[in-house]
Amino acid sequence: MTDMIRTEGLVKRYGEVVALNGLDLTVPKGTILGLLGPNGAGKTTAVRILTTLLEPDAGTVEVAGLDVGREPHKVRERIGLSGQNAAVDEQLTGYENLDMVGRLYHLGKQQSRTRARELLQIFDLVEAGDRPVKTYSGGMRRRLDLAAALVANPEVIFLDEPTTGLDPRSRSQMWETIQDLVRGGATVLLTTQYMEEADRLADDIVVIDRGQEIAHGTADELKKQIGGERIETILVNADDLPPAQTILGGISVGDVVVDEQTRRLSAAVDGGVDALRQVLQRLADANIAVVDVGLHRPTLDDVFLSLTGHSAEEVAESPEKTDGKKRPERGKPREKEAVR
Amino acid sequence: MRQLALALADGGVVAKRNLIKIKRVPEVLIWTTMSPIMFVLLFAYVFGSSIDIAGDTSYREYLIAGVFAQTVIFGSTFTGAGLAEDMTKGVIDRFRSLPMARSAVLVGRTASDVFYNSTSIVVMSITGLIVGWRIHTGVVEALGGFLLLLLFAYAFSWIMAFVGLKVGSVEMVNNASFMFIFPLTFIANTFVEVQRLPGPLETFGEWNPVSAVAQAVREAFGNTSNVAPDAWSLQNPILYSLIWVAIILAVFIPLSVRQYLKAAARQG
Repeated sequence: MTDMIRTEGLVKRYGEVVALNGLDLTVPKGTILGLLGPNGAGKTTAVRILTTLLEPDAGTVEVAGLDVGREPHKVRERIGLSGQNAAVDEQLTGYENLDMVGRLYHLGKQQSRTRARELLQIFDLVEAGDRPVKTYSGGMRRRLDLAAALVANPEVIFLDEPTTGLDPRSRSQMWETIQDLVRGGATVLLTTQYMEEADRLADDIVVIDRGQEIAHGTADELKKQIGGERIETILVNADDLPPAQTILGGISVGDVVVDEQTRRLSAAVDGGVDALRQVLQRLADANIAVVDVGLHRPTLDDVFLSLTGHSAEEVAESPEKTDGKKRPERGKPREKEAVR
Repeated sequence: MRQLALALADGGVVAKRNLIKIKRVPEVLIWTTMSPIMFVLLFAYVFGSSIDIAGDTSYREYLIAGVFAQTVIFGSTFTGAGLAEDMTKGVIDRFRSLPMARSAVLVGRTASDVFYNSTSIVVMSITGLIVGWRIHTGVVEALGGFLLLLLFAYAFSWIMAFVGLKVGSVEMVNNASFMFIFPLTFIANTFVEVQRLPGPLETFGEWNPVSAVAQAVREAFGNTSNVAPDAWSLQNPILYSLIWVAIILAVFIPLSVRQYLKAAARQG
């Protein structure tokens, strides 16, 4: 399999701040790489270097088999970029934006027009196509921005946080679109702060923090890396906590964690569903009523938390302020979204 | 050759985009053309009565070419402001990730600003005709005069492109450009005859390219005063203006393109 993206030892400094500190990436043709990390981890810097917008201080960068530093112009002919902030012109209509991008890819007058209409169709923007973009909703702008990245049917597509700030429906639409692209043979590098997004889309995940890779693997591999499954149960009566703890302790491969306040017990197990069945049986035999019981596999959120000591979706922690004052608190990561 | 053709085509696409934007927000254009009207009226009626011009030419006729020259130079600040604004928008990243000519954003901007300047020249001409300005020469000569104005304005907008990219904000462009546009457009023969300027200012006024442009345009319209100029620059105003156009373009096109690439990279 050919690698469509390859970087080695990528370094980028902004004065004192090291945005990238020796990043290696490899993305085989027809796959999605998820570049995961909190704000300020260096994700956008990496994308800007890969898309010729920024020159690295050190390291080699290859996209579609071309040296980005040596042949940036040829690279630009073969990539599409959809950024964090929708890079479309507010005053122009959706159609005019796409037509302009087509002309600048040198598709020719006729083909640019046809392609623009075609993309409006695909991205469900036909009705809005002749309205200025400033009248669009956030989701529509993102769709238009992605459409603009696809005008020339690029082989390699860079998506910098494509769903940040989108509502759940727009987000899952975006996910489907991205999956379609890869089915069509494209190679995608996607940056995100959402674990769910990487879990759902990426064939391979690189977790970065402060410009460095801190973990690498498939979603499953990363989850395994921080340990296996846990059984969690919530009891009806607090009185049942001690006997329940004994039961769980008999099956668990580690300690049993008890939270008296919420009447919750949690234990690391090995046997998966079998272990769960046993626990249920023994709790029933002991006449212990439960509100909830389940097998909990670690999410990528847990992975991130255990790898970095802070959650991916916590408020921005840019490299400039790492004096420890703003250590984000642990817990409840999923509800919090970085809104810009 | 193919490279150049592509670069011009890309510039054309960007220029078209800028023109669409003017169409969508016409207020900007309307307000820009108001100020030359004000200048014509102000000088014709307020200062005009206290300024005398040697010979038979009336001050109002003498004045118009000066206002023309001044206005197209002020108009060029638009280029700087427009670019400074573009640089703050995400669309510049889109442009930079496309396989288009690196000069296209600048070529497109300076080209679309020719439209601005043409519009304000039309508006000024009409105002001028109303207050008593007349062309005393032929159609060809008059058109030559307008063409020289636009050419000089085009060259000047490359200076402002550089300034706009350098200072990076619309407000700063306006402030910074006034600092040198004011002396350039007033220490000249735009509103008074240079012979009446004191000592060193007279020399500056004689060799100021704005004076040459105004003088050339006056000759093209037949609005000159009777006093023959002493300086070579004003005796050969067309040639002298064209030399300046060439120098400005040769210096500021590469400078601006370099500054554009630098400014865009800074946003990382």
